[in-house]
Amino acid sequence: MNVRLFLLLCLLPLSALAQGFSGLGSEADAEFSSPSPNPAFAFPADHGPHPDYRIEWWYLTATLEAADGTAYGLQWTLFRSALAPGEDEGWASPQIWFAHAAVTTPNAHLASERFARGGIGQAGVQASPFRAWIDEWALEGPDFDSLSLSAHTPDFAYDMTLEAQGPLVFHGDAGFSVKSSEGQASYYYSQPFYDISGTLTLPEGQVTVSGQAWLDREWSSQPLSDTQSGWDWFSLSFDQGAKLMGFQLRQTDGSTFSSATWIEADGTTTAYADGAFTARLLETSNVADRDIPTRWQVALPDRHVDVTVSAMNPDAWMGLSIPYWEGPVGITGSHTGRGYLEMTGYE
Amino acid sequence: MIRTCLIALLSHWRRNPVQLFAYLAGLAIATALWSGVQAINSEARASYDAAAATLGEGRFDRLIPKQGNAIAQDTYVTLRRAGWLVSPVLDVRLGDVRVIGVEPVTSPTGFAGLTFTEETPALMPGEPDLLFANAETAAALGDRARVSVNENVAPGVAVGDIGTVQRLSGRDDLSTLVLLPEQPIGRPDLETIAPGLRLQPSQQVADVAQLTDSFHLNLTAFGLLSFAVGLFIVHATIGLAFEQRRGMIRTIRALGVPLRTLVTLITVEMLALAAIGAALGIVMGYVIAALLLPDVAATLRGLYGAEVSGTLGFRAEWWLSGFLLALLGTAIALAGRIWQIARMPLLASARPRAWVMSGATRFGVQSVAALGLLSTAVLLVVLADGLIPVFALLGCLLIGGALALPVLASYALRLFEARASQPIWQWFWADTRQQLPGLSLALMALLLAVSANVGVSTMVSSFRLTFVGFLDQRLAPELFARVDNAEQSAQLEAYLIAQGIETLPLRSASAQIEGRPVQVFGVRVGPTYRNNWVFLAEESDAWDRVERGSAVIANEQLARRRSLWVGDSVQISPDLTLPIAAVVGDYGNPEGQIVVSEDVFTTLYPDSFAAQFGMRTGDATALRTQIVDQVGLPENTMINQEAIKAMSLEVFERTFTVTAALNVLTLGVAAFAILMSLLTLADLRVPQLAPVWAIGVTRATLGRLELFRALGLGLLVFAYAIPLGLALAWILLALVNVEAFGWQLPMFLFPLDYLQLGAYALVAVALAAAWPAWRLIRTPPAALLKVFAHER
Repeated sequence: MNVRLFLLLCLLPLSALAQGFSGLGSEADAEFSSPSPNPAFAFPADHGPHPDYRIEWWYLTATLEAADGTAYGLQWTLFRSALAPGEDEGWASPQIWFAHAAVTTPNAHLASERFARGGIGQAGVQASPFRAWIDEWALEGPDFDSLSLSAHTPDFAYDMTLEAQGPLVFHGDAGFSVKSSEGQASYYYSQPFYDISGTLTLPEGQVTVSGQAWLDREWSSQPLSDTQSGWDWFSLSFDQGAKLMGFQLRQTDGSTFSSATWIEADGTTTAYADGAFTARLLETSNVADRDIPTRWQVALPDRHVDVTVSAMNPDAWMGLSIPYWEGPVGITGSHTGRGYLEMTGYE
Repeated sequence: MIRTCLIALLSHWRRNPVQLFAYLAGLAIATALWSGVQAINSEARASYDAAAATLGEGRFDRLIPKQGNAIAQDTYVTLRRAGWLVSPVLDVRLGDVRVIGVEPVTSPTGFAGLTFTEETPALMPGEPDLLFANAETAAALGDRARVSVNENVAPGVAVGDIGTVQRLSGRDDLSTLVLLPEQPIGRPDLETIAPGLRLQPSQQVADVAQLTDSFHLNLTAFGLLSFAVGLFIVHATIGLAFEQRRGMIRTIRALGVPLRTLVTLITVEMLALAAIGAALGIVMGYVIAALLLPDVAATLRGLYGAEVSGTLGFRAEWWLSGFLLALLGTAIALAGRIWQIARMPLLASARPRAWVMSGATRFGVQSVAALGLLSTAVLLVVLADGLIPVFALLGCLLIGGALALPVLASYALRLFEARASQPIWQWFWADTRQQLPGLSLALMALLLAVSANVGVSTMVSSFRLTFVGFLDQRLAPELFARVDNAEQSAQLEAYLIAQGIETLPLRSASAQIEGRPVQVFGVRVGPTYRNNWVFLAEESDAWDRVERGSAVIANEQLARRRSLWVGDSVQISPDLTLPIAAVVGDYGNPEGQIVVSEDVFTTLYPDSFAAQFGMRTGDATALRTQIVDQVGLPENTMINQEAIKAMSLEVFERTFTVTAALNVLTLGVAAFAILMSLLTLADLRVPQLAPVWAIGVTRATLGRLELFRALGLGLLVFAYAIPLGLALAWILLALVNVEAFGWQLPMFLFPLDYLQLGAYALVAVALAAAWPAWRLIRTPPAALLKVFAHER
């Protein structure tokens, strides 16, 4: 696949990102801006792009259910990657956009991707009224709380509407999320309270579904340390009402760096620094000729959380230009519920 | 022992240097033209592959404008935003170089099929003005752009990021949109999103490799002809050498050398010599190919628009295949002889003369073969359909004609013999006939070379006459202009009408008729068309009917491919079917064309505008300046009549340079074959000439007779070559052209050219015969006397 070759050569930041961020140097490029503590976000402007930062994403995942009780998962992600900071007119723009869309069913995982250059209107994000788009794929609405979502591919499609039922939540220190003991960080906030409903168009036909969606916003120029080989990221919604965002960055020496945010049903958050959140590998599955962890024991003792997180469909491999695993999970143990799991660095 | 044996074997060549030369030269000739032609073909093939990879042509469907040659960039974004997965391409020229702008992020071929290594930098979007091209193209671009040399790029083409190419060419639009193979479900119709575009399916883009097949087949045929002649020389030389060496072999075996050792030694000796000859041939082949390649490249570019690299690579695929083929040919010739040696009674004597004469028994077989091939040829004239059968027909005709030569010559010589009254002439004709078997191969080579020359020169000259006439009728307007948009078109037309200049606006669109691409032209019927266009077939009021919109004019390509002619109807659009009022010759263009009136065209294509204009004026230069000043068209959008004519003729002239060069080479090969045959026969003929000398004919007379004989045979061959060559020309003009290009050409005869060619052929023969004759004149009387004493 030539696109892939091209990406590997030209979009090193992207491939580095997907391959566990290991390709990045430990120093941020001086030209790009770097996140600094105590951010002062301004909305709706900050829902829009930050071209002075190297990478940025609008990352939506949703756990869905059809009328017959069948569970589904859905992903829609728009990435921005800058070859150089800033924006320019037309083809001279240094911004590259790409997007991933996926649907997970109990026995299938469908994924597709798109690519676009910035500067010509083929892809981009506009803060207000909110519009994030690439080709005909779009996440848009009058504001960030009320959105419609669509993606069409040769194999599947979805058209959904989203309504936020709670406030934005900020991870780390008020949205400044530290990613390593050496201080690498990103700006990171989420809208985890969307109700989502709509139609999935699958090879076997259309399905009307509804459920919960979680939108992550994150941007940085150099988010990870070069001693980190990948990450395991969990967004868990408990039937008991609270939510948990937790991730661990795997170090090349076998240790991990973790971070978590406990989100009450009203949106009140508590941030946990390295070590409070743990994820222990229970079981791997052979997916796309690799061993991928598909069952984890996740714990946040401070909140009495000790749960088993299992992939709904272990085969949720995103075999795209940048491969990774992303799919819906079920939760059992001290708490029950559903969530999403993303794992990079296993290719 | 082995060393001594080898020295003894090699001494044969020392005593017969001419034979050694014939052996090596035969192999060199066989290998040279063959590998030269293969070198050209493989270079061209590599170029086509590179072009396919660079341009992706023929692999993907495309969206192209219904009118004009530009797509607004906004249309691209609109299509993408509607779910049409397309990738933009901008195709421009910078000087002589075709520059392709691609968008690597969305392109299905990545960055135009280029592979980047650590040494070659990759494209970075936004990198200023960096193009990729091979070294030759990079040099042609000069300082117009920053070029990174990458040998994967097709010759004559530079590729770059679309933004870079837009900046370099000063454009802000696109040329075509490549449609990705996989499209999302539920996207709207093209007509609703981009009504100005139409979809061009990939298979309709003519495959360059396919188009150029006939040309390469042509080259291969010449190469094969020469390969065959060369190998026959080798075969003959081996045969004679083995006959002459029988005595030596007998002696060596009698001295106790085991048969197995001897056979091995002979095989090694002959194959080693063959390797030397073949290697020489490959060097010659490389030189020939390198000399011809620029013209071949120009031909392919002019005739088919195919870019071929002008520099020759030393690719194993051609030199190795040439080398192995030559060795294989030699080995086959050797095998029979070695088999004879293996079975030879220990005390057998050499019978070289008998070996030469054994050819006579072949005459019968040859006659039958010739008859068979010529009958097949006649059958194929009636039945042949498609390029390959037509080439098979050419092969049957030429080989059959050649095989019939010795029989016909023998018959002619008998006639001369019967009419000769003087004994010396009776002897001369009988002796000539008696030599035919030994010379027949060389004469056949001469026949093929001369008839190929007659055929090809007739075709070229016929084409030239027709083409020049065609240019005169088609290029009647003195000045031509091209505009990019409707606004410019209207401005220019208004200006010209205000000036009272006869204007020929031309609207064109690419359409599909019965699933094949056709150019539709909308013309304003006026005196220029009526007075200048000459039809191949027409109804009396053709132009009137076209003007009224009740008929169309079709070009010959369209008419022949669909078996339509004047009076037949053709469906131009789903709602419109019109009769053909005239068929017009259209040379130098492979596509079908339909000419309709301006009104009909506008009904078919309401958004169209005239993108091309022809203007009748007494002073093209002045009008051109006026248009630049008054209408604001750039200078380079206009071209005057003489420039187009000169350009077209230039393309045409170079088109046949290659064939002409190959003709000269084959004539040379034929002359060489004659020389070698005569030299080989010379020694064997001493016993026959000695008695004639002994009864009082001087050596000088004998020498002159030898020369006269060669010229006489040359003349005989030439006389036979004329009808054969004309048959060849007819096949080329009436069959090959129709199959390859879709047009038929009238055949003209050029007797003076043929006479000139005859003179060349006789000069070649005379040169070939001069040395053997001179050697005969200088033969010491003692050598002739020895014949009577020598026990043979």
